[in-house]
Amino acid sequence: MVNGRPGEPAARGVRRPALPILSTVAPRRREPTPEGSAGLRTRTPRPAYEPAPVASRPYADQIAEWLEVLESTPLLELGARADAVRRKLHPDGIVSYIVDRNINYTNLCVTDCRFCAFYRRPKDEEAYVLSYEEIGRKIDEAKELGAVQILIQGGHNPYLPLDWYLGLLQYIKEHHPIHVHGFSASEIDLIARVSKRPFHEVIRELHEAGLDSMPGAGAEILVDAVRDFIAPKKIDASYWLEIHEAAHEVGLLTTATMMYGVGESWADRLEHLVKLRASQQRSLARGKGRYTAFIAWSFQPLHTEMQDWGIPLGTGMDYLRVTALSRLVLDNFENLQVSYVTQGPKMAQIALRFGANDFGSLMIEENVVSAAGTDFIMPEAEMRRLIEDAGFKPARRYQDYTLVREGDNGCPCCQRQGGAALATAGGVGRNA
Amino acid sequence: MSVTIAEELKVQPTDPRLIPIAERVLAGERLSREDGITLFESNDLLAIGALADLVNRSKNGDRVFFVANQHINPTNICILRATCVFCSFARRPKEEGAYTMTLEEVFAEADQIRETPVREFHIVGGLHPKLRLQYYEDMIRGLKERHPGVEIKALTAVEIAHLARIEQTSVEDVLKRLRAAGLDSLPGGGAEVFSAGVRSTIAARKLAAEEWLDVHRTAHRLGIPSNCTMLYGHVETYADRVDHLLMLRELQDETGGFLTYIPLAYHPDNNELGERLGRQGTATTGFDDLKNLAIGRLFLDNIPHIKTHWVMNTPKVSQIALHFGVDDLEGTVVRERIYHDAGAKTPQGLTFAEIVRLIKDAGKRPVERDALYREVREW
Repeated sequence: MVNGRPGEPAARGVRRPALPILSTVAPRRREPTPEGSAGLRTRTPRPAYEPAPVASRPYADQIAEWLEVLESTPLLELGARADAVRRKLHPDGIVSYIVDRNINYTNLCVTDCRFCAFYRRPKDEEAYVLSYEEIGRKIDEAKELGAVQILIQGGHNPYLPLDWYLGLLQYIKEHHPIHVHGFSASEIDLIARVSKRPFHEVIRELHEAGLDSMPGAGAEILVDAVRDFIAPKKIDASYWLEIHEAAHEVGLLTTATMMYGVGESWADRLEHLVKLRASQQRSLARGKGRYTAFIAWSFQPLHTEMQDWGIPLGTGMDYLRVTALSRLVLDNFENLQVSYVTQGPKMAQIALRFGANDFGSLMIEENVVSAAGTDFIMPEAEMRRLIEDAGFKPARRYQDYTLVREGDNGCPCCQRQGGAALATAGGVGRNA
Repeated sequence: MSVTIAEELKVQPTDPRLIPIAERVLAGERLSREDGITLFESNDLLAIGALADLVNRSKNGDRVFFVANQHINPTNICILRATCVFCSFARRPKEEGAYTMTLEEVFAEADQIRETPVREFHIVGGLHPKLRLQYYEDMIRGLKERHPGVEIKALTAVEIAHLARIEQTSVEDVLKRLRAAGLDSLPGGGAEVFSAGVRSTIAARKLAAEEWLDVHRTAHRLGIPSNCTMLYGHVETYADRVDHLLMLRELQDETGGFLTYIPLAYHPDNNELGERLGRQGTATTGFDDLKNLAIGRLFLDNIPHIKTHWVMNTPKVSQIALHFGVDDLEGTVVRERIYHDAGAKTPQGLTFAEIVRLIKDAGKRPVERDALYREVREW
């Protein structure tokens, strides 16, 4: 049965809102062709961007102080400082990772971010929405392979009302129970606008329907001048932070990210970091949810509108300095992930000595970065080899960073929330 | 650790075994075989890198060399096709993909449009059973005529010895004739790992260690400088690596003819060894790449330059390596074949502008060099 078509009876008590006709086929992996195809962006000229002076920024003092550290500290000293912080926070020498699957439920998007190669506009023949059943199948496959969560995110699809999301979460929890890490801040904003509901109510309802945690995507650079330049239709920086803090307010754990290398300055990067630190401070003071981890990656230009902007791409130096600085600035974030998908296995491993303590996710499926021509999907044995070769102990974890132990009955954080008993896959704990 | 040393070292070792080694490095003393093995065993990447950086700064300051060069691989036909099991490039004469370029093809490839004038041709290839010395002499002479001022770094010790064998003459004679044709220096390939045990596993029937060293010794005596390498990341032990470095250091003490040491990362794709070891898709790690470069800098105190080959180490790791004791970023390359046949996912060439940007972004001073490390210009 094809799910979600108008007029079809709702199955198994799940609410099925009427939907416009959309393709329900699974995403096709687009072969990177220089000429592009129907869905590819029109290449626009690069707009002018002049970073604001430090003094005019929020947290100007902190930014100036960190800029001074950056200027005056050679790479390896910066790394050693970050490594010392990592050792203090994680003295056990464990480098963790999570087995999960990225499920991109839709690629239809009306936000037109210039850095994105994944989205398709509503009339594009390649636009899709996955059916509940298809998502369920993907979850089952992932669990079979040992996944302990799904990361579910998609385009900003105005044809999907709140009820579609609530129905999906209920469907997952009832028929394919697993930890659902999903819906970034900008998706929450769109759902709220489409449904004409306040965003914090949307978050609460999603949480009640089964959302277990929220990913930190869509942060890009949390400086509005940069956002105007790369993603003018996306939510602004303070709104992104507000949505995360609202999620923390209902007890959700979230992560935070940064996409650098879009033409921003170091002051922009640091403003992003100090804003996150302040946001975490506020959430920790409230004592409910919080940011568990920070992840930085560099812009991947292939097939995006920005491809020909001539932006100097993030170098190895950039990545290690961003990694080390984020470890130093974000002293109230417990975990720092590497991004092997964008930096490659070599750089990701090296970053373990520049403050990082987590290898991120062993993605069973990834569509977004690979749409931009970068594809570093690695087998678990290879991830463990890299971690061990760097002198650390590899360990599987859950979304809340507790380690997977033999005989676990699923994700502890879902159970604490009274979620359905989660039958986890046979693979869990086998190698951990 | 003494107070002065602690002050001098901004990056303190977290591995206590490195402290006596750090003291020796700071005192300008030579490292022992045991020191070398300890360094390879240690995971204290930052301390190893910082020590190598210190040594490199004392030799090269902030300067990072690179060359506008072009790799030319005239043939992939090789009589060692069956026994050099780590190689993905070699072909039997009738095998699919086998090629041998005519001199006209070599000259045409060399003439390809380039953004800046090339200063160096790097020419290496298979051990072709029928290509005579004359072919290489004509190639070098022809390239020199067409590109006056371009230096020619051609033919590894293995190819030189092979030519001596098929011409039934001495290595010295081959080198002299090539030099007369215009040869400027020798590349450092074919060294692999000197250990006889490793060689019999990965490159049986290839030139033995002593023979490889002897070709370089002869070249140095004739005033032809050369590079040296080590192929790491296959079946060798840390002791094998250090013994290899020791042999290079010893020859350099004797001749002083090595310009650069280049650790070469083994790539496991599309070759018999990678399949046998079950290593397909698993390149050397970033840690191992940086350690090989840094330990090369620490151990080979008598070789002026350490080069990172971005083709195998990736441009990102190579840029980082400039803080781990490395002062040479190779060059533009233009069209790399050998490592790409072995699954390298890096680009086949880098532009001049990109190399300059990577060096400046690392906080270093880019210096364009020629094949003999003479300064062409600073950027």
